[in-house]
Amino acid sequence: MAFINFLKPKNQLEEGGRTAAPVHEDAGEPEKTCPNCHKPIPLSRLWANHLVCPCGYHFRMNARQRLAFIADKDSFQELFPQLRGGDPLQFPGYTAKLETVRSVSGETEAVICGTAALDGQKCCLFVMDPYFMMGSMGTAVGEKITRLFEYAAERRLPVIGFTVSGGARMQEGLLSLMQMAKTSAAVKRHSDAGLLYIAVLTDPTTGGVTASFAMEADILLAEPGATIGFAGARVVEQTTKKALPKGFQSAEFVLSHGFVDSLIPREGQKQTLSEILRLHQGGTT
Amino acid sequence: MSQTPYLLVKQARGSSRPTGLDYITNLFQGFLEFHGDRRYGDDPAVVGGVAWLGGSPVTVIAIEKGHTAKERSARNFGAPNPEGYRKALRLMKQAEKFGRPVICIIDTSGACCGIGAEERGQGQAIAENLMEMSTLCVPVISLLIGEGGSGGALALAVADRVWMLENAVYSVISPEGCASILWKDAAKAEEAAASLKLTAQDALGLGVVDRVLSEADLGRQPFYQRLRGMLRQELQILAADPDLVSKRYSRYRRMGTETLRG
Ligand SMILES: [Zn+2]
Repeated sequence: MAFINFLKPKNQLEEGGRTAAPVHEDAGEPEKTCPNCHKPIPLSRLWANHLVCPCGYHFRMNARQRLAFIADKDSFQELFPQLRGGDPLQFPGYTAKLETVRSVSGETEAVICGTAALDGQKCCLFVMDPYFMMGSMGTAVGEKITRLFEYAAERRLPVIGFTVSGGARMQEGLLSLMQMAKTSAAVKRHSDAGLLYIAVLTDPTTGGVTASFAMEADILLAEPGATIGFAGARVVEQTTKKALPKGFQSAEFVLSHGFVDSLIPREGQKQTLSEILRLHQGGTT
Repeated sequence: MSQTPYLLVKQARGSSRPTGLDYITNLFQGFLEFHGDRRYGDDPAVVGGVAWLGGSPVTVIAIEKGHTAKERSARNFGAPNPEGYRKALRLMKQAEKFGRPVICIIDTSGACCGIGAEERGQGQAIAENLMEMSTLCVPVISLLIGEGGSGGALALAVADRVWMLENAVYSVISPEGCASILWKDAAKAEEAAASLKLTAQDALGLGVVDRVLSEADLGRQPFYQRLRGMLRQELQILAADPDLVSKRYSRYRRMGTETLRG
């Protein structure tokens, strides 16, 4: 089974140092150059392959794309779609920034929550969005995640979550920090009820999200090549004044240090998640 | 009147304020230090053990920065590694087993930002503390005595009561970090410090802390005596509360909900 026999994809990023990774920009060009193998790939081919380059490099995906890719057709029902945060600290420029991001992305916040089916198995699902303020967690993201775990605990449903985040949203200050405690408490209640939580860590999962609900799942999976860590690599480099080890904070590095269960390339993700759900249904005898 | 938020940050970083060990020595009697996380090592930035508070045994966990340059270096400037958070959790679980309240004393610019810390799961260690502290069935009081740096401070501050000294700071990110990320200019730290609302009065207003402690007599016996009295009184209230854990859940559950819409 692909889940167990994970093959590490070729990843030239490890040679170049992960801090050198260029940021992928969404645009309407017919071709995209892969930051890993440096070859141009026609967009149509990239789309057909769920935004994975033939070399194995996983491009970032927005939350709606991921939902369409992972949930059974027409099964996703969004929860709390209208919930949005304000500007609790009156932080300079924040209201304007939120307005811009909302109109460009068409989303109200950096996470989408709901219920869905995977091969007919019902679950709660949350998917974070790298294009909404880098998936940062403020009061609305914290509230949506918390409500989802409470909803799942009440209905005895498993939760599957795709994380991508730069960390806590600094424009909401301490209230963002408190979302780490709030979401963790909700995950704990769901867990204490004997329910399953699977997290899929995607590029990048860092800061306050890593240090809260991303790392609290029963089963932790990661996309190959994803950056996963607490402190930013550049900050670690500047603070320690040491050269970072090869592949520092890559999903492969985190796997080898024992902090995720397995790496799952995008192609087999739905099958693996569906199988894990099935393994937790109790079987027949 | 009060100083600018950035000045408070700078003062909180200084070495003249009482540190975690000063509080341990002066608030409690017969402190017995317990070392190690039973997983990997012993983090000198986190000091923990048991002590007497009046007639009752309590578990005490403090982040220690040190005063002198030598102490500060030996304590890793109060920046805990994953082992420090795991030691803290081990001692909290021990407290839970033996029905002792937990008192956390927090003073850190943040969790250690290093290669080893990342290799040994800094994020996972903090996350586990947040999760486990939320259901710990003994009373927990956290004191923010100087710097409250982000997740590294929060990892000891999921509590029934969080108290903060009047000149302490508590922030999601350092003002310099915030300024350099948002405005690409670390020199705007002054502005960032004001915008982040990181003073004790701000934290009180946001409902993040429950009480601001006066610094009159800071570090002198009357100060510790007063604080000791407050701790004993509060622990009595908490120990008699049968709904401790669900109230702790509600305490964090409502944070940030006031300005939400939809
Ligand atoms: Zn490629």
